[in-house]
Amino acid sequence: MATQHARTHSIDVSSILRDQKGSNEPNETCIKVENLNLFYGEKQALHNVSMEMPKKKVTAYIGPSGCGKSTLLRCINRMNDLVDNVTIEGKILLDNENIYDKSVNVAALRRRVGMVFQKPNPFPKSIFENVTYGLRIQGINDKRILEETVENSLRGAALWDEVKDRLNDNALGLSGGQQQRLVIARAIAIEPEVLLLDEPASALDPISTLKIEELINELKDKYTIVIVTHNMQQAARVSDYTAFMFMGELIEIGTTSELFTNPRKKQTEDYITGRYG
Amino acid sequence: MIRLWFKSGAPWVWLNAAAVSACLIMVVGVLGLILVRGAGHFWPSQVVQFSYQEKEGEIRTIIGEHVDTSITPAAMAKSTGYAMADNEDTLVQYLIKAGNRDITGTDFRWILERNIKQQEFPDDLMVIERREWGNFYGRLVAVKENGQTIAEGAQAWPVAQARLDQALTVFKQIAYLEKKEVGAINYSLEQLRLEQKSLQLKNRWDATEEQRISAEKAELEAEYKKYQAQLSELYQQIRRDSLVAKTENGSEVEIPLNKVVRIFQPNTMSLFDKIVHYGVKVIEFLTDEPREANTEGGIFPAIFGTIMMVMMMSVIVTPFGVIAAVYLREYAKQGFLTRLIRISVNNLAGVPSIVYGVFGLGFFVYILGGNIDQLFYPEAAPAPVYGTPGLLWASITLALLTLPVVIVSTEEGLARVPRAIREGSLALGATKLETLWLTVLPMASPAMMTGLILAVARAAGEVAPLMLVGVVKLAPTLPLDGNYPFLHLDRKFMHLGFHIYDVGFQSPNVEAARPLVYATSLLLVLVIVGLNLSAILIRNHLREKYRALEG
Repeated sequence: MATQHARTHSIDVSSILRDQKGSNEPNETCIKVENLNLFYGEKQALHNVSMEMPKKKVTAYIGPSGCGKSTLLRCINRMNDLVDNVTIEGKILLDNENIYDKSVNVAALRRRVGMVFQKPNPFPKSIFENVTYGLRIQGINDKRILEETVENSLRGAALWDEVKDRLNDNALGLSGGQQQRLVIARAIAIEPEVLLLDEPASALDPISTLKIEELINELKDKYTIVIVTHNMQQAARVSDYTAFMFMGELIEIGTTSELFTNPRKKQTEDYITGRYG
Repeated sequence: MIRLWFKSGAPWVWLNAAAVSACLIMVVGVLGLILVRGAGHFWPSQVVQFSYQEKEGEIRTIIGEHVDTSITPAAMAKSTGYAMADNEDTLVQYLIKAGNRDITGTDFRWILERNIKQQEFPDDLMVIERREWGNFYGRLVAVKENGQTIAEGAQAWPVAQARLDQALTVFKQIAYLEKKEVGAINYSLEQLRLEQKSLQLKNRWDATEEQRISAEKAELEAEYKKYQAQLSELYQQIRRDSLVAKTENGSEVEIPLNKVVRIFQPNTMSLFDKIVHYGVKVIEFLTDEPREANTEGGIFPAIFGTIMMVMMMSVIVTPFGVIAAVYLREYAKQGFLTRLIRISVNNLAGVPSIVYGVFGLGFFVYILGGNIDQLFYPEAAPAPVYGTPGLLWASITLALLTLPVVIVSTEEGLARVPRAIREGSLALGATKLETLWLTVLPMASPAMMTGLILAVARAAGEVAPLMLVGVVKLAPTLPLDGNYPFLHLDRKFMHLGFHIYDVGFQSPNVEAARPLVYATSLLLVLVIVGLNLSAILIRNHLREKYRALEG
């Protein structure tokens, strides 16, 4: 019943965004998803999803497990290409350019769209090497530039003070929260336009979670951020816009305050009030 | 009660423990046996003088080392023709190493314990280790220089030792000149001959070339003459002195000092002297070349050949195996074909090694090597260069033999690299190749090392295929020397495993060779342990460095 309901109502995203324009500085669209369908083999995981995400804002995806929010996120930097048997239809425009176009260089795209995963995944190298990994791939080996970037990125990820004296230690010696911030530093070291965060705090303790949330608040001045989270309070705390997904469909997207206080769809209301999911 | 006991699981635990203990006992037993037999060989044993009653009743003296004792039950002894008294339960026989093969024809003999009238350990008994004919046992009578006696009686011993030291120094000089200098000249002459022939084959042989080559030849020959003069002078020096010694039956023999390796009187040696003697013998065993059909001297060429071959094999097998595994795991589309390939690779590990030897001989040596000779070494014909068994083909054959191990363990290592790490690298804009090269391969390197360790363990112990593709009983030159291009991959080499087989089963002097079989086995085990240990150390270091994410 719920799926049918959603399918018949295509969401007028641009009208929501237009509503926002008055209150804030003009909201330029950064990422635009158009009629995206995704299949794992025979099974359809995303149903005709369309939405827009504004520049230098935090957009959160919420929804029950398996609703496709991570899948959607991983479409934005084409991480799903790595999965066997996946078929993607539709478009995702990044700065008005379809990233699924044949001419797109995937590695270059991923440099523009950084990603942080659910579990911290630092490389088994030194902290310094972890942060400079993306730069070295681009052929940047100038020691001065590397050192500068390491300091800026680690400061940007609020980790500098904790690790500045042991940059050459193995990154696996850091705590989980520190590792996750290191991974964020690693992602921002190559100065992407967009940061995708896939449940970045779900494997962390409350204090580390708080630090990551504070960090997100600081980062949104410079980056467009898309975050997937299970935790509705977190979505409410960190995001400007929230999208609710259910069974592979986008049910509703709106400003966070509106979506949480005054959801337009019943399914959204049921979910945020904890009736299912 | 019994049922309860079975239910408690105690018998199962006992069974497990017993199985582990049995394994341990066997391993310790094997190592203990070769350790005791092998390491004991170099200890200077006492020389005994027996008064022995021969069958005819006459009493004679026998001098030698007591090597072994055999106890035969009376009934069995009777059936083999020994007359046994009624009160005798057993027949006791001693194996005596009496040496002096040049005089008596055999250097080992069995004697009956009951016929021994007396045995003593006189201080003046002497052992001479010789370059030919094995050991000499007897008494020193005199030292001669150019046929004139220069010392006799009590003075003879110190003089003999001093003269022997001189002779050994000269011997070393001769060996150096012959091996290094004259060897290099011969090598250069051979190269010149090949160059001349190659120019002739290419129709570029003209007057200028002829002049150049004959000039070089003349130069080398002049040098050769110079060394020849030096050598003949040294030969004169070393032939000057000789020892006069008395054998067990009182006859005197003259032994030239150039045939002597060392002289010692074991019955007068203190414990410290014996330890020194032992150390010297062990060092000789490890660093010297074999003498007397491999039953005396050292086995350095075999150690060198084994290590060289294993290293060459590692250098060949690692890149091949790793590249194959990367393709199978990372690039190839997983499906029926890759499964088939994987099964085939795993089954290759089960093919008997001699089959690899046959393949190596047929394909590498005859086809590949033969064609290489035709294409690149026409001047050497009809003598083969690569068209004959040699170090290169042996290494490649063993690399083929151990390839499955490396592929399988590398694949496992690649499979264990967490997906999160790969995604992390790709998400930073790395291509698949960069991800492989910068993160996945380093993280899989401990597994590659594991594969290499298994490969080394297998390759160092293989003998059967090597007999077909490059190992020989006695190689005149090492595969690595001072003559350009230094590493001679076409040369045949010696190998510890084959050496054990050769010394133990192909040697004319079985009794003399037996301790060497144990000593060589011990050494082979040590070499393999050494090679493995170093590989394991490297692996542990890598493991520590690329410790994968937990969980």
